[in-house]
Amino acid sequence: MLDDNDRIFRNLYGLDDWGLAGARRRGGWDGTKAIIDKGRDWIVNEMKASGLRGRGGAGFPTGMKWSFMPKDNADGRPSYLVVNADESEPGTCKDREIMRHDPHTLVEGCLIAGCAMGAHVGYIYVRGEFIREREHLQAAIDQAYEANLIGKNNIHGFPFDLYVAHGAGAYICGEETALLESLEGKKGQPRLKPPFPANVGLYGCPTTVNNVESIAVAPDILRRGAAWFASIGRPNNVGTKLYGISGHVNTPCVVEDAMSIPFRELIEKHGGGIRGGWDNLLAIIPGGASCPLIPAADCEELIMDFDGTRAVKSSFGTAGVIVMDKSTDVVAAIARISYFFKHESCGQCTPCREGTGWMWRVLSRMVEGRAHKREIDMLLEVTKQVEGHTICALGDAAAWPVQGLIRAFRPEIERRIEEFSRKATLDDQGILDPAHLVAAE
Amino acid sequence: MSVRRLAPKEVQPASFEFTPENLAWAKEQITHYPPGRQASAVIAILWRAQEQQAGWVSEAAIRVVADMLEMPYIRVLEVATFYTQFQLQPVGKKAHIQVCGTTPCMLRGAGDLIDVCQHRIHHDPFHLSADGDFSWEEVECLGACVNAPMAMIWSDTYEDLTKESMNKLIDGFAAGTPPKPGSQIGRQFAAPEGGARVMTSGGAATYTKVLDMPKEPALADAEPKKQTESANVQERPAPKPPAADATKANPPKAGAPKEPKTPKEPKK
Repeated sequence: MLDDNDRIFRNLYGLDDWGLAGARRRGGWDGTKAIIDKGRDWIVNEMKASGLRGRGGAGFPTGMKWSFMPKDNADGRPSYLVVNADESEPGTCKDREIMRHDPHTLVEGCLIAGCAMGAHVGYIYVRGEFIREREHLQAAIDQAYEANLIGKNNIHGFPFDLYVAHGAGAYICGEETALLESLEGKKGQPRLKPPFPANVGLYGCPTTVNNVESIAVAPDILRRGAAWFASIGRPNNVGTKLYGISGHVNTPCVVEDAMSIPFRELIEKHGGGIRGGWDNLLAIIPGGASCPLIPAADCEELIMDFDGTRAVKSSFGTAGVIVMDKSTDVVAAIARISYFFKHESCGQCTPCREGTGWMWRVLSRMVEGRAHKREIDMLLEVTKQVEGHTICALGDAAAWPVQGLIRAFRPEIERRIEEFSRKATLDDQGILDPAHLVAAE
Repeated sequence: MSVRRLAPKEVQPASFEFTPENLAWAKEQITHYPPGRQASAVIAILWRAQEQQAGWVSEAAIRVVADMLEMPYIRVLEVATFYTQFQLQPVGKKAHIQVCGTTPCMLRGAGDLIDVCQHRIHHDPFHLSADGDFSWEEVECLGACVNAPMAMIWSDTYEDLTKESMNKLIDGFAAGTPPKPGSQIGRQFAAPEGGARVMTSGGAATYTKVLDMPKEPALADAEPKKQTESANVQERPAPKPPAADATKANPPKAGAPKEPKTPKEPKK
């Protein structure tokens, strides 16, 4: 388990003051000027050396992302930093704790990230549902302005303005180009890439979009040194990570721990164990609803990091683990996820707009077994046709959970179909009239 | 995608006007964005209009916002219908209950909460209860999965709900004395039930120790971190030999003289 001294979010549960005084007591805003004074190249190199991979799901190296920003703004276009706080994926609720209990880590991180990419303006796009979190964040920004930590003429010598913007309940705005569209006051429909936001982003200017956690860990990494961060976890998957444990565990919680922690340790130590004991585990979804589920057999040796989850054909996502025990109707659980994606599809690309609804309708029939066995393969084929044929990754995200379900629980779906058709046959023969249902069984 | 339409003409108010405070607030919001980009503030201002207008957005409000931001009406209409948190028809006067029904909440019993709403408010979502005080809807993930199941009313979330506490919640709003927001079983935010297991000191104490840490890197080159066994799981292609490998580019010819490993004795 991660040592308390190695934790970055030292007020995750709101036991201490979330304001500026509390943040300073916990080490925030300590030596920020020294970091800024070392210049953008040093910051970017240090972030690269730390091996931090983006915490929003895709795992792209953060330092490298920062280095894509143009070195000078010779063409007159300003650079922008945009922080993606549109955390809407079912199972993921880590950024919420940062914003409401440790907002100064994020504000300080924004200043440093802004300096590293030459952006003098930053926007934090918070999802609409996080109303209290938004208020905390705004209050923290106001405190920082008041103490002259950020602003036009701040004590760090890098002019930087930070604003909070928000959405209004659209999951798709967590996709970076949809977020930029939404920030420009339009419908959140993703843009084609290229051009990438680092060239043409917000208002057509160079923009970098980062997850809250990626930005909020930056100050501590730079203070303690890249080597410290890189020494936690295993190669290619380093650092500390916020895990969310939800579903059928005894004590669901959000917790910060080392990357590459064994899944079983995570659940036993922090989640209080699976409801009804380890053997009662059916499957998990490792990182938010878009990741394919992992059946219990693969969870025994599962390592919670990018490579460990990929080895069992899933993905790490945002490390919001959804645990399902044997009482779960797994087909219904995935059908609900399919409904989520159907509801949240922006409607721009036909494969996603039609495909998500199609997948949901077929799956909801399969929940009760009202389907043909050949439809399982048909469903699989549809997911393959949605995957990779849309502008953004929502089509892929909708397809993966269904593929994961069929891969791991095909016998269960077939059993339901058999059960249903057996009853239907008996019904046709007139054996199964409701009054004698028990006898016929 | 969901089909969302404006409320019928009969329930639409004739006009809408921001209160002076809200108008000043809206003007301030516009200054957050570069000149000419005032459209960026549309969601925030529309939100404020919804708050002012008892929790829903009318067509009149949409037009007022569009005029204020110099946007075509259709663009603001698009925004109002695209983002699902804008309510397009009147909602309950005392409470509009948003129950999260997505998988993590569903696994922990969101179905029970929806059941309560269906019995106490209206069978269908978005319908007012008989007295017009309540309405409910099932929403997609409110972002408190570790405190599931949960519901949101106005600006606050009520977490770790059960059938009983959901009933109490509705009773509370009906009586005008809503319960304290947050976990309804006394949890400390997202900490595990029964109290935090890590950082029990509250964070500040830990940092003093961090300051005492040696300044040199935690990992010296002399003692590289040992790879654990599981590090071999990586699906990485085997490393290729360097391109300038002399033996590959110029294979030794059969007849070419090789350098003798041990000097032979000269024949005489």
